[in-house]
Amino acid sequence: MCGAPAQAPELPAYVDVTKETVIYGVVSREGAPVPAAYVRLLDASGEFTAEVVTSATGDFRFYAAPGQWTLSVLHRDGSARKPVDAAGPGLVEASVVLS
Amino acid sequence: MSRADVLVSADWAEENLNTPGVVFVEVDEDTTAYDGGHIPGAVKLDWKTDLQDPVVRDFVNKDQFEKLLSEKGIGSEDTVILYGGNNNWFAAYAYWYFKLFGHDRVKLLDGGRKKWELDGRELSKDTVSRPATAYTAKDQDTSIRAFRDEVIAAIGKKNLIDVRSPDEFVGRLLAPAHLPQEQAQRAGHIPTALNIPWSKAANEDGTFKSDDDLRKLYADAGLDESKDTIAYCRIGERSSHTWFALHELLGYPDVKNYDGSWTEYGSLVGVPVEKDV
Repeated sequence: MCGAPAQAPELPAYVDVTKETVIYGVVSREGAPVPAAYVRLLDASGEFTAEVVTSATGDFRFYAAPGQWTLSVLHRDGSARKPVDAAGPGLVEASVVLS
Repeated sequence: MSRADVLVSADWAEENLNTPGVVFVEVDEDTTAYDGGHIPGAVKLDWKTDLQDPVVRDFVNKDQFEKLLSEKGIGSEDTVILYGGNNNWFAAYAYWYFKLFGHDRVKLLDGGRKKWELDGRELSKDTVSRPATAYTAKDQDTSIRAFRDEVIAAIGKKNLIDVRSPDEFVGRLLAPAHLPQEQAQRAGHIPTALNIPWSKAANEDGTFKSDDDLRKLYADAGLDESKDTIAYCRIGERSSHTWFALHELLGYPDVKNYDGSWTEYGSLVGVPVEKDV
């Protein structure tokens, strides 16, 4: 879906993925990862739940709960929104391409 | 008090980077952001290691605060401009903390680090050192700090504002979603609390909404202006952001921040908790 390599998040050892709903991915633009992008996780009503800044490799990660979410990404070179459906606990990959 | 007394714009900040008597301070939960590039001339404060006692769950005391600011080269008469990541959560916390210790000349950089970065303004990796000062603090002004017993007594009597996200409020999440959800405390909220997420007070670039928008936000959500108010979140940083909006921008007189917040309240034995999921 985008040019960035598929990257499993390096989860801290104490995180139990049978209980945590981990929404993660890479923000990219024109095939290259975008560091320092602001990624917001919005709940089903569109309200802010959390925000992280992407790493040097464009990675982001949230610990959410099963349900409908939206990612909203802001960077000075572009923005994007993407719906995410987390069916249950575990890893949910949701990479985002800036336009 | 007006907005100009407590908030500065990024343009103002850029024009005053070298103004004598103005000190820029970045405050974060994770200070690697500062190390990767900060506003030129800014010193850093670590929310945890600098402002929290290392053993007891409490703030550093007056003597420790004086020592910290003296070493950082911040004078009692300096105008301190605070900014940081996480939409200024920890900068707002530090603002409240500086006020707690009686530092009057303190302001927030509107939009914090996020707006500064989105604007593409200069960030520096230079080491900043300022000559030491002999900083003097005042005794804690507890008229702006709420403790647990007063929070319990406020149920059904004062405005309690839970500024966490709706999912934390109803008990679906136990922490903001950038943190793992396995937490020790119970899920839910304090009975009679209004859920007015901190984020409703800010624009997406991290700047505060206008006074008119803020006043309408709190009125529509059911804030009773005739009553005192206590704001809380999980650890007291997001509620500092709302405390700033209510007390500093809108000028409501009796507003306290409950820094114990949900990590304390949700761990207390026998207190009432409401959970909606």
